[in-house]
This record gives sequence, structure tokens and C-alpha cells, in this order.
Amino acid sequence: MSELVVIGDGMVGRRFLEAVAQRDPSWEVTVLCEEPRPAYDRVRLSAFFDGASAEDLSLASDLPGVEVRLGEPATAVDREAKVVRSATGEYPYDKLVFATGSYAFVPPVEGRDLPGVFVYRTIEDLEAIKARAAGRRHGTVIGGGLLGLEAANALKLLGLETQIVEFAPWLMARQLDEAGGGVLKQHIESLGIGVDCGTGGTRIDAVDGRLRMDTNKDGVAYDTDLIVFAAGVRPRDQLARDCGIAVGERGGILTDLSCATSDPDVYAIGEVAAVEGVCYGLVAPGYAMAEVVADRLAGGEATFPGADMSTKLKLLGVDVAQFGAFDGPLATTYLDPANGTYAKLVLSDDATTLLGGMLVGDAEPYPLLRASVGGKVPGKLADLLGGGEVEGGLPDGAQVCSCNAVTKGEIMGAIHEGCHDVAELKSCTRAGTSCGSCVPMLKQLLSEGGVEVSKAVCEHFTQSRAELFDTVKVTGITTFSELIARHGTGSGCDLCKPAVASILASLSNGHILDGEQAALQDTNDHFLANMQRNGTYSVVPRIPGGEITPDRLIVIGQVAKDFDLYTKITGGQRIDMFGARVEDLPKIWRRLVDAGFESGHAYGKALRTVKSCVGTDWCRYGVQDSVKMAIDLELRYRGLRSPHKLKSAVSGCARECAEARSKDFGVIATEHGWNLYVGGNGGFTPRHADLLLSDVDSATLVRTIDRFLMFYISTADRLQRTSKWVEGLDGGLDYLRGVIVDDRLGICADLDAMMAKHVATYADEWKGVIDDPEKLQRFVSFVNAPDTPDPSIEFEEVRGQKFPAGSAERSRPVLLGTPVIRSSQGK
Amino acid sequence: MTSPPLQAICAFDRLVPGRGVAALLPGGEQVAVFRLPDDSLYAVANRDPFTGANVISRGLVGDRGGDPVVVSPLLKQAFSLKTGACLDDESAALEVYAVEVADGAIRVGALAEAKAGA
Repeated sequence: MSELVVIGDGMVGRRFLEAVAQRDPSWEVTVLCEEPRPAYDRVRLSAFFDGASAEDLSLASDLPGVEVRLGEPATAVDREAKVVRSATGEYPYDKLVFATGSYAFVPPVEGRDLPGVFVYRTIEDLEAIKARAAGRRHGTVIGGGLLGLEAANALKLLGLETQIVEFAPWLMARQLDEAGGGVLKQHIESLGIGVDCGTGGTRIDAVDGRLRMDTNKDGVAYDTDLIVFAAGVRPRDQLARDCGIAVGERGGILTDLSCATSDPDVYAIGEVAAVEGVCYGLVAPGYAMAEVVADRLAGGEATFPGADMSTKLKLLGVDVAQFGAFDGPLATTYLDPANGTYAKLVLSDDATTLLGGMLVGDAEPYPLLRASVGGKVPGKLADLLGGGEVEGGLPDGAQVCSCNAVTKGEIMGAIHEGCHDVAELKSCTRAGTSCGSCVPMLKQLLSEGGVEVSKAVCEHFTQSRAELFDTVKVTGITTFSELIARHGTGSGCDLCKPAVASILASLSNGHILDGEQAALQDTNDHFLANMQRNGTYSVVPRIPGGEITPDRLIVIGQVAKDFDLYTKITGGQRIDMFGARVEDLPKIWRRLVDAGFESGHAYGKALRTVKSCVGTDWCRYGVQDSVKMAIDLELRYRGLRSPHKLKSAVSGCARECAEARSKDFGVIATEHGWNLYVGGNGGFTPRHADLLLSDVDSATLVRTIDRFLMFYISTADRLQRTSKWVEGLDGGLDYLRGVIVDDRLGICADLDAMMAKHVATYADEWKGVIDDPEKLQRFVSFVNAPDTPDPSIEFEEVRGQKFPAGSAERSRPVLLGTPVIRSSQGK
Repeated sequence: MTSPPLQAICAFDRLVPGRGVAALLPGGEQVAVFRLPDDSLYAVANRDPFTGANVISRGLVGDRGGDPVVVSPLLKQAFSLKTGACLDDESAALEVYAVEVADGAIRVGALAEAKAGA
């Protein structure tokens, strides 16, 4: 077995480990990591001040054959002996990879080591900044580039009055020209952040527990509580220099296009690598290097394809984008000071080929423009510059997703092979899965590919489900016939009827089989049970939180026995009884209702279950009472009709035994309260739920879930699970948090009232049926022979229970290899 | 050639507008009878040809391009209530039955032409 040592566990290092595990898992890998925690998402670092925890930013993954040694920096490399040393160990290698990244550059200003002066690079830096900021007022950022603006955003999130001091004559001087930098400055100053360009700090002094920074400008000094240096980064190449590996003229470990260094057994990837002399400060080129080296280690011949250094960012709420060439033979610009937008396009001297450009304030045309670099100008200049409607298409070879190198041709191919929405395109092509800036472009390509992006529910309603929901809510319409007469055409179908039935149920909460509504319900809702392949039904009583008494277990067992039902424990911690004939359903439920059971809504687009682990009462690890919380949540939301089924779970500690992060809303206990995760899913396309809130008390938790559910119910598409809904929200999780936590749309009171009404008017659907003779008479096998069971339904016995006839044949068992038993008689 | 007599199955009012019921004919045949919101009646075979289960009567009704359809509750294929043809798979169809209302009662039976063709 060959040994691979990786120095550094950052974003690129981690991507490399994953790529190696995928291509050639035979390597025995040791990772030496200076930081006390495994790889995390440094690009989203400022999210740390916006509610995300270190755990949320984590990129750690369990990879077989990989040993990550945290808090153990490499101290020397002996290339002769092929061994890497740390303070405590020696690690021999066959191949060595430097993924040491970069360090924050701090200009040689006197006083830069004083307490209260920081850099902006690691989670530890951020924790120290946060600690210093507590109870203080003012912060200063040295640097007005990308990193500096990120740091300023972080200080603002901490509630500090913030000042940016930049040495260059304008902001983001590496990406923008003077006019663009000027527009950006306007935006940032309007947020209350001070911007002082053309100024450098000359010395820092501690004065009365605060800091004072003198500058190169006469009489200009800043009194502040903390200073953050964000003036750029430098490759961490010292270790390589020390062992005699060649470095670039401007630093960085020199490599060829295969990322091999001057020692063919040593590679460098990410920000520390100077590929043919050039260092790349973005993550996408680093990922490409990681893939190249992984391929090389597996015997391949990949080379670094070069990198698109285009960037699009939202900095402090301002769109800024730069793509292709910064300047060229012909440049055309547009400045709108009133709206704070600036655009510049760089063209070939005949003005036909787009070479590059920049956008400030409005970056909407960015995906189209970036993908067109090197090709024809994709529309009229006036439209492109001034934000008009742009017509015209991209060539097939244009790269739409630069993070994952996906071309328009590949995306169109995927669309023709059946990808019909952005989520499918993401999983088929990986386009849009890294920075996400090309997602608007993907939407455009979907419509170009002829995919009907219409959200119309069906041929009878041109409206989307969300629009119908609003219509019903505003008009107070209570019947399908009135809705379709006034707002649709025809008589309806199997798509719009259940959708409208669900909307009416969400808004009114009457019995779903009352009056005209009965005709709308899908068959499962109509019989309040799940139809199975042979026309019989399954019966699932609610078992809130999965907690059940022995007596109730006996009732379920006895009912199943008396009605000859197949029983199975479900994934949602309850018990499913199969094989019930339609005419037996009321008799079965009479028994269950009498014993105190309610409908489990296993048949409905509604809350299914809230799973729980055993929590503090029994578990020695639990930190909160997960069972009680799960029961409370399940009882609160039972019967709530929604665009699709809803699943939930509550875990009593971070071990997450209830698998809450695979649920539509999942709750995980912390030492201080609860973390709320939303938008998880198992099923076809599993998705981990996103952290929405952390360490909140029970009341805040419940209030936020109330709003989350009602906002989802009000705005989602037909049969859209919360995972797709959350992914599809423009502005994503931040937007969702803005709406349901910060009430940015002013609708929280309304959402709260909707949920309060649901909770107050909930009634068990099955009790409503067995107490109503008119509803009961629908539960017959034949209208003219109600006591004759359907003679075509047959069962057979398999594993001691009954199954639909033909089951044994359908299952086609896989033959297992069985041991051969030799006869000892020796015949 | 005469049609076999139609069989009374239930009162017209027993049917919910927009839904169906199943009826058992003397020969053991199962028929799905639907009352549409405009009070028109349709009868087709209750057996879903795709699964073999007798469930068509429990499907949702509606229209496709204006023609009345029932949708199988199991795998969701749509069938024309007028012709029985499956609109999603032309190899499958439901048999169509005669249906009428007499003295407030619904009566169903085999179609003359269907029998003649058989």
C-alpha cells in the first residue's frame, strides 16, 4: 500500500481527499492540519456572524483510509528520507501534497501586534474578533478589497460602527476601475459604513483601552476599539522553501500544469500553488488543481486547464461582478448615479467580440455576459449596459458554470435527456452547485430548451398553486365549483382537484369529506386510508412522537388480529396495518377511536410523524426532552394540510438519533435550547436540512416552525416538498429567515393567525366519519351489495402473515450462497 | 338482437356529484358508475387493466380537453368515460356499460353493441 501525506486540511485539501477516495481509494492517507478543526467553508466565513455555527460551515466528511491529525502542523519535510515531521510524529510518504493555503498579509505597521488587532482568516480569528467586540462600539478594517468588504460586513453584523481604510485610490481596485469603485463606495457609505481610500495606517497605539491608528494623511487618525487587517493574502510556502522546493518569483510553490513541484513526488494545490508561476486566490481553480492531482495519483494525465477568474458577489447587499478582461482595446461604459449602477464592457477593436467587463449595483446580465466572454457580444450594447431586455443566445461551447466547468452544450443535452428543473440540472451536471451564480442562467436555458416553466397547476387553471392559494384566501371562496367557474375552465382533473382540496383544507379546516369537498379528494383522502396494489387499504393510527402505552399496543394487535391485517412497523415510528377492505375501514376505526387513537394522516398531504429519540428521560446523553417536544409538535400540527407530506423529528442531542436533518423540519437539542433545521428530505434526492435557528427556547422554536409551515403552505407549488421549496426561494435561507424571523414582509402576524386557527379547529377526521351516517355509507364494497366483499381480492400467506395474492412470485427472492454441509457418514 | 335487461343498482341521489360507486352485476361483473357535477352518468368496467384491481370506481373524475375522464387511483392513467379508451396508453381500455335513470333509480347493463362485437 502506498502512503500519501497531505499538509493542510482546507477547502481545496478536503476536495482533494474526496477526489482521491473516489478515484483510487487504495492510498493510505495522513493529513496534517494546523487548525484545531477539520476543513470548513472559508468562503462563507462571515455567515459565522449571521447565525451559522462552526459546525454549519464544516466540510468534514468521513473518508475511509484517511487519518486527519488536527492541531498538528507539519514542521519539516525531509525529501531525502521522504518523511514529514511534526512536533510529535514522523510520517513517511510516497507522495506528498502541499495544500497549506495562504496567510493573511499584514503590512509592517508599528503596533500591529497589540491586543485588539486581528486578521480575518480562520474561525479562531472570528471568535477572537467577536470576543473583543462585545460591549464595544467601533471597528476599523484595513483593506477595501474583497476580503476587506467581507470583514466590514462581519463587523457590521456584530453591531459595530465600521470604518474601511484602503490604501488604493478606490475600493476593489483589483476587480473594478475608478468609476466602478466610486459607485460601490456610494452604496457602502449609504449603509453607514465609513470609506476612506488612498489612506494607509502608519502606526497603532493603545490609548485608554482603545486603539488609535495614525495614517499617512496629515491630521487623519482613527480612534477605534478593534482593527482588522484584511489587506490580502500570501501563499504559505515557507515549509516548501525550507526543504528546497522551488518557489515562484512572487511566492507560492512553483508547479507545472500537472501541479507537480520541482520534486516530482511532491505536489502543490490551492492558494499555495503557483501553477506556471501564477497563484490563484479563488476556490474554483483550487478545486480544479485538486482534481488534477487526484487524477495523476490514479495514473491519469490530467492538466490544469487554467481558470476563469470571474467573480460575482453580493457584498454588503451590493451586487459586484467582474468577468474576463479588465481592460482592452475598446471599452464602453454606462453610469447611472441615481440608481447607483455602473457597467463596463471590454470589446475587441471591431466591437464584435466581448473580452470582459464589470458590473456594480445590478449584476443581472452577469451570467450571460460571463458565458459570452471570447464570443460574440450577446445582444445590443445599450440593453446589456442599461439593464434592458436582452435577446440572443449563447454558443454551445460557452461555459455557464465556471466552478464546475459545465458548458451550455452539456446543459442543453441534460435538458433534452429529461432534466426539467434547476434541481435536476444541478444533480445531473453539477452546474450551479458551488457558488450558485449561474442559477438564473440555468432557468433561462430551461426555457430556451423548451421546458415549460409555467407554474400552471393544470389545463384547468393557468394559476400556480400559490396564486390559487392567495385567490382562495382573498376571495373567501369555499368550493371548487365556484373557484373553477370564476377563475378556471372546464370541470377539473386529478391534478387541480386534490390541490384545491388541500388549499381549502389548509384555510378552513372543516372536515375534508364535507359537502362538495368530498368529490375533490384523491382516493386516499376520500377513504382516509392508503390504497394498496390490490385495492385494499392500509390503516395507520397516529402515535405522537412514537410513544405508545402497552395497552394501546395491545389494541392495535387485537384489531389487526380480528380483521386479519398484515402489520409492519413504519419508518415514522408507528404501526401500519395492511389489507383492510374498504367496507371494514369504519369498523376498524370504531375500535381504534374508542381506544383513543386518531387518524395518522398517512394518506394525506399533511403532517405525517414527528419522530423522536428517547431524550433526557432515559438516554444518558440527552440534553433536552426530545420525546415531549416531538409529541407537542405532532399534536400541534396534526391534520395540517400542505402542498406535500410533511415529516419531522426531534433529537435530544447532537448524536441525532432521530435523523432530524433528513426531515422537512428537524429539531436538535443543544445545551442551551434547540436548533431548528428546515428543508431536509430523504426520498429520491436526499438533502440535509439547513440550520435556520440555533440555541432558541421552546416558544421561539414553535413560533418559527408555525411560520415556516404556513409560509410554505401559502407559497409552494403543487407537490413541492420543503426541500425544493427552500432551494427555489430567491435569496435562499437568508430570505426565509428575513421573512419568518425578522418579519421583513410584515406577514408574520398573518402566518401566526393562520396557525392559531388550525390548532384551535383541529378535529380527528376518522371520528368525524364514524359519527356521521351519511359519510359512513360511502364505505361499501358495492353500492348494490354492501355486505358482499369484493370477490376478486385474494390473499396468500408469506412469513406467517397475509399478503396480496401473487406476492411470493413478485418478490423473486435472491438466492443466497448457502454453506454446503458434508455428510459425516461418508456414503 | 336484444340487449340484456339493465340492472337497478341504487337511487340516483345515492351518488355524490363528481364521484363514483362500484356495483356488482349478476354475472359477477363489476361496474364503476360515475355521476358528474352536471348530473350526467357514465358506467365503465371497475377493473383497472394495469393492476387487475377493481378500483376504477374510486378514481377521480374530471376532463381532458373537455372530454370526461376517470383517473385510475393506483397508477393514475386516465380513461375516457365516453369510450373507455385509455388516454395514456392506447393498448388499454375499459369496457363501457349502458347506464340510465328510471324512476329515480340508476340502472346499468352491458352495451348492445359491445356484446354484439364480442
